[in-house]
Amino acid sequence: MYRSHVLVCGGTGCTSSGSTKIIELLQEEINKNGLKDEVAVVQTGCHGLCALGPIIIIYPEATFYSLVQPEDIPEIVSEHLLKGRIVTRLVYKETISEDGIKSLNETDFYKKQKRIALRNCGVINPECIDEYIATNGYEALGRVLTEYTPDQVIQTILDSGLRGRGGGGFPTGLKWKLAKQNEADQKYVCCNADEGDPGAFMDRSVLEGDPHVVLEAMAIAGYAIGANQGYIYVRAEYPIAVERLNIAIKQAREYGLLGKNIFNSGFDFDIDLRLGAGAFVCGEETALMTSIEGNRGEPRPRPPFPAQKGLFGKPTLLNNVETYANIPPIILNGVDWFTSMGTEKSKGTKVFALGGKIHNTGLVEIPMGTTLREVVEEIGGGIPNGKKFKAAQTGGPSGGCIPESHFDVPIDYDNLINIGSMMGSGGLIVMDEDNCMVDIAKFFLDFTLDESCGKCTPCRIGTKRLSEMLDKITNGNGTLEDIEKMEELCYYIKENALCGLGQTAPNPVLSTLRYFKDEYIAHVVDKQCPAGVCKALLSYVIDADLCKGCTLCARICPNGAITGKVKEAHIIDQSKCIKCGACMEKCKFGAISKK
Amino acid sequence: MKTLEELKAIRESMQSQLGLRNESSNRTRVVVGMATCGIASGARPVLTTLSDAVQQKGLTDVTVTQTGCIGLCQYEPIVEVMEPGKDKITYIKMTPEKALEVVEQHLVRGQVVTKYTIAETIG
Repeated sequence: MYRSHVLVCGGTGCTSSGSTKIIELLQEEINKNGLKDEVAVVQTGCHGLCALGPIIIIYPEATFYSLVQPEDIPEIVSEHLLKGRIVTRLVYKETISEDGIKSLNETDFYKKQKRIALRNCGVINPECIDEYIATNGYEALGRVLTEYTPDQVIQTILDSGLRGRGGGGFPTGLKWKLAKQNEADQKYVCCNADEGDPGAFMDRSVLEGDPHVVLEAMAIAGYAIGANQGYIYVRAEYPIAVERLNIAIKQAREYGLLGKNIFNSGFDFDIDLRLGAGAFVCGEETALMTSIEGNRGEPRPRPPFPAQKGLFGKPTLLNNVETYANIPPIILNGVDWFTSMGTEKSKGTKVFALGGKIHNTGLVEIPMGTTLREVVEEIGGGIPNGKKFKAAQTGGPSGGCIPESHFDVPIDYDNLINIGSMMGSGGLIVMDEDNCMVDIAKFFLDFTLDESCGKCTPCRIGTKRLSEMLDKITNGNGTLEDIEKMEELCYYIKENALCGLGQTAPNPVLSTLRYFKDEYIAHVVDKQCPAGVCKALLSYVIDADLCKGCTLCARICPNGAITGKVKEAHIIDQSKCIKCGACMEKCKFGAISKK
Repeated sequence: MKTLEELKAIRESMQSQLGLRNESSNRTRVVVGMATCGIASGARPVLTTLSDAVQQKGLTDVTVTQTGCIGLCQYEPIVEVMEPGKDKITYIKMTPEKALEVVEQHLVRGQVVTKYTIAETIG
């Protein structure tokens, strides 16, 4: 037995900031100090505070060390683990208070969170099935198989009010009911782990931090709808998630929690992985199933819906990773527990990946009904550098921008749609006054343009034309008529595209037009980009009165656009200037400005 | 594995170990002095004995942790037991055997082992 557990985050965020090396060094130092039999090093999933990685938590003291570097390891081992003295300089500063070190759960970042889908992430070792079982893992599956009828399972999920966490918000219980109703010799349960929205990594964290929960929930779903085969469709770009899923599946099979006659109930269920090759459209349900079948990932018209004719033409249930992560807790804790959280039509919690202009970038799980203000200002720690909040983008390329005027709207599925955005899978990108909204719309539209599979014309050609119009506007050649045409085209694409990708592709344009039309007008009428982002509409100028003639700018300019004699005011040749901004950054006298 | 009982057996054997990662504030803290003076007089076997015993007995609301020197070096190894809402009890000149007695009497049954406390020993 160990007297101390050292938890090191092994999520993608901390792994890329060097946590693998940290684990090696920890083990080395622990051996060197003769603590091998007393201290266990445990690799866990994501704690959510990705900006502060690599992260180490040492129990039983629950000390949270952030931004740990390899050279800090000997000190942590000899001071904390050997002598019991906390290395204060490395402790996450939010946990330091006058009365000593407080629990992580009391910090602003965690205080308002409610972790259900992420409950085991950062707490257990995802590669150890016993640790999952210790947190009541597979108990829900066992109870369902021995005590529930399939209809009772479905009724429980229906009563819980759980809605699809992949973005659409379709009632999960209803989906299960429809899949059960369709009789067939073979049915399938699929898990959509093809998370592709830019800046979104909720599902990855669940898969990396708690892979067994997905397996357990899929088996429960299989029992409920009468399927005995499951597929997890996961992006090949998530190597850690794929590896841990493979380990989890192997362990579950060894324990008989997947396979034949689970819990002696006569129910068989097995799961296989299918890796996606990186096409965003494969996150769309019909394209995903086409891809599992081994074909090119293209969507097909609905109906028939997957619940009628899905994978290999058989009734298929498809849910997202986070939706599955909610299933075992609902079975174990009951419907009343789940419905006590959230708003009237959106129960439970939602995981968001916070990114952009915000202090605490990372992963948060909040009860539905939390306001955007609470998420940005309290949990997220506000906007860095004293800048002003401009908008938050939710729902990735399918969503829209929420302006400051809607800062206090409680976040749930319906409210977000009413204000022109959507829940989406959970990306939440914060933008400040330095972000140009036309440029943002163009960024997301260019993403969908790239990812359009090309099967239907409205999406293939429509997004291209939209992108060209946005180009024209950001280059300063747009007219008011272009804005009108663009809006019309947006609605046309929404109504006519084949699948969700195309139908939602114009949303970033429409929502920025709705709330930030003045910025579009500034681009076409005044030929100015108020945020100073669109290069074609900018020019850098040197104020002759402030310029001391130090020649620094002329030396730094990569294109030789600045000329002038020593101790005399310099001049920027606008025809040569590539608007990189290097000169402005270097000028010590504040003589260079952009207009 | 075919029954819920088998699942429960694994869960319970693991839970005592994962209890180490419990964060609730309403816990009994058992603190072992592990400064140079403590280590030199044999605090480490005391610490590991306490930690193992607490986990084996499944006392998930007890935290066994370390601290530095509290200034009574001649009485090390020192073990302090802090229960919420009660006075701190300080045991001195501890050994692994005495530590087991403390776990059995004090932590499990709630009876202070007076003969090892600082108040009793040096008055």
